[in-house]
Amino acid sequence: MTTFYYLLQQLINAVSIGSLYALMAIGLAMVFGILRLINFAHGDLIMVGSYTALLLLVAGLPFGAAALAGIAASTLAGLIMERVAYRPIRGAPDVSMLLTSFAVTIFLENAAILLFSPSSRPFPAPPFLTRALEFGVLRIASLDLIAIVVAGILLVLLTLFVTRTMAGIAMRAAAQDLLAARLMGVNVNRVIAYAFAIGSMLAGVVGLLWSARVGKVDPLMGFYPVLKAFVASVIGGLGSLPGAVLGGYVLGTLEILLQGLLPPALTPFRDAFVFVALIILLLFRPNGILGTTEREKV
Amino acid sequence: MLKLEDVHVYYGQVHALKGITLEVQPGELVALLGANGAGKSTTLMTISGILRPRRGQITYEGRDLTKISADEIVRLGAIQCPEGRRIFGGLTVWENLRMGAVRRRDPQGVQRDLEWVFTLFPILKQRLHQSGATLSGGEQQMLAIGRALMARPRLLMLDEPSLGLAPLVVQAIFDVIQQLHAQGVTILLVEQNARQALQVADRAYLLETGRVVLSGTVAELSANPEVERFYLGGTTGS
Repeated sequence: MTTFYYLLQQLINAVSIGSLYALMAIGLAMVFGILRLINFAHGDLIMVGSYTALLLLVAGLPFGAAALAGIAASTLAGLIMERVAYRPIRGAPDVSMLLTSFAVTIFLENAAILLFSPSSRPFPAPPFLTRALEFGVLRIASLDLIAIVVAGILLVLLTLFVTRTMAGIAMRAAAQDLLAARLMGVNVNRVIAYAFAIGSMLAGVVGLLWSARVGKVDPLMGFYPVLKAFVASVIGGLGSLPGAVLGGYVLGTLEILLQGLLPPALTPFRDAFVFVALIILLLFRPNGILGTTEREKV
Repeated sequence: MLKLEDVHVYYGQVHALKGITLEVQPGELVALLGANGAGKSTTLMTISGILRPRRGQITYEGRDLTKISADEIVRLGAIQCPEGRRIFGGLTVWENLRMGAVRRRDPQGVQRDLEWVFTLFPILKQRLHQSGATLSGGEQQMLAIGRALMARPRLLMLDEPSLGLAPLVVQAIFDVIQQLHAQGVTILLVEQNARQALQVADRAYLLETGRVVLSGTVAELSANPEVERFYLGGTTGS
């Protein structure tokens, strides 16, 4: 019986962390789908949102208001990033865009270091996020449940958006064939702005959950999440939205599994094992689990 | 309706269109003929606002298209059905058709046009919820034309609609082109298959390496010994 509860607990853990990876990976996938850009600065949107929320919390605002402002700040930062850094070089080789995203990362992180000092600050998460809920022998962090529920709701909304609204269908169409979408009258600037806005909003949500999870905020906090999100989207199939979600959950599960199964001496090297698993996967499915080569059927 | 005057287009250093001048009157079906690389697709992409001319003018219903964005050009009713079909493989047939009407704000009109597309291509109705990638080549071409029609074109530009299709399917596609022509849709048809195109067109332009080398009515061109030899001489003309 205890094994069962242990497994259940680990499963909740895995789904919770997987939810965060999935939400992050969606943002990467949406932008990559249309622009072929791996936006490494996506992680810094987490930082922007979290600092905004932190400052407002410290100023005495209620958590709800601070959280909304943080999400809004991430969204706005994403839109500005697109407008200022990526739009001027649209159509440039992929490598130029990738390098630009590194530049944006370096700029944002150093701006944060100048503004807020390089040291981390505690994130005063409200009690309802940090409680441990007890169900019989089972102890679950409320944050895990909230992350799972929030991600679930957002994924449902996102699915409705991309399948039921014209803007969503246009976004998928543009990701598949930008030229054909333009010939149908899709406004490229608008679709790309949509992709950045939605992805950045999700990053803002992840930022709050992430900050509450690790209990602190620092200028470089976006690095890990974006790296994990990148791995997740490669696992699922780069550019595929369902792939990004699946990859997020697979990565979360893999990490928790390794955490539990590896001998204690090896757990510090858990990520190395994760990357070995990724390499093995890519040997067999170079396009990821859901990555297809449907593009051209001649 | 559409007028190109001395249009020059470059791909970097490559001079692709060297002064194209042509005209399409309302209700006409004009064919743009020529070999691979003559500049036929480049001409259409320039009209659609995807490529920009370095020199020359493109007027469409009195507007200068060289200064209007690609999505605005679609809104003005100049619609291109591109070469190679370029349907959205991951979207369903319905979503593909709906994408054709992405800029329209008249749901009743869209619904009416959807029914109209189904009467032209009944097979699409049966495939409505399949993804575009599962269709055969011919069905994909029908979907591509149907998608363009959903934009309610006043000027329909078709780029190589018969490319790579079986003769029976080519016939079906050309039947529909003729039907559209009869309904008054203005059509600019790009084809390598000159024989097939001259059967349905009113007039034609012949392009060679970025220049118009011949133009005239179908009767004039068909009687021209050069056209006969180079473009209609073979069995299929492709």
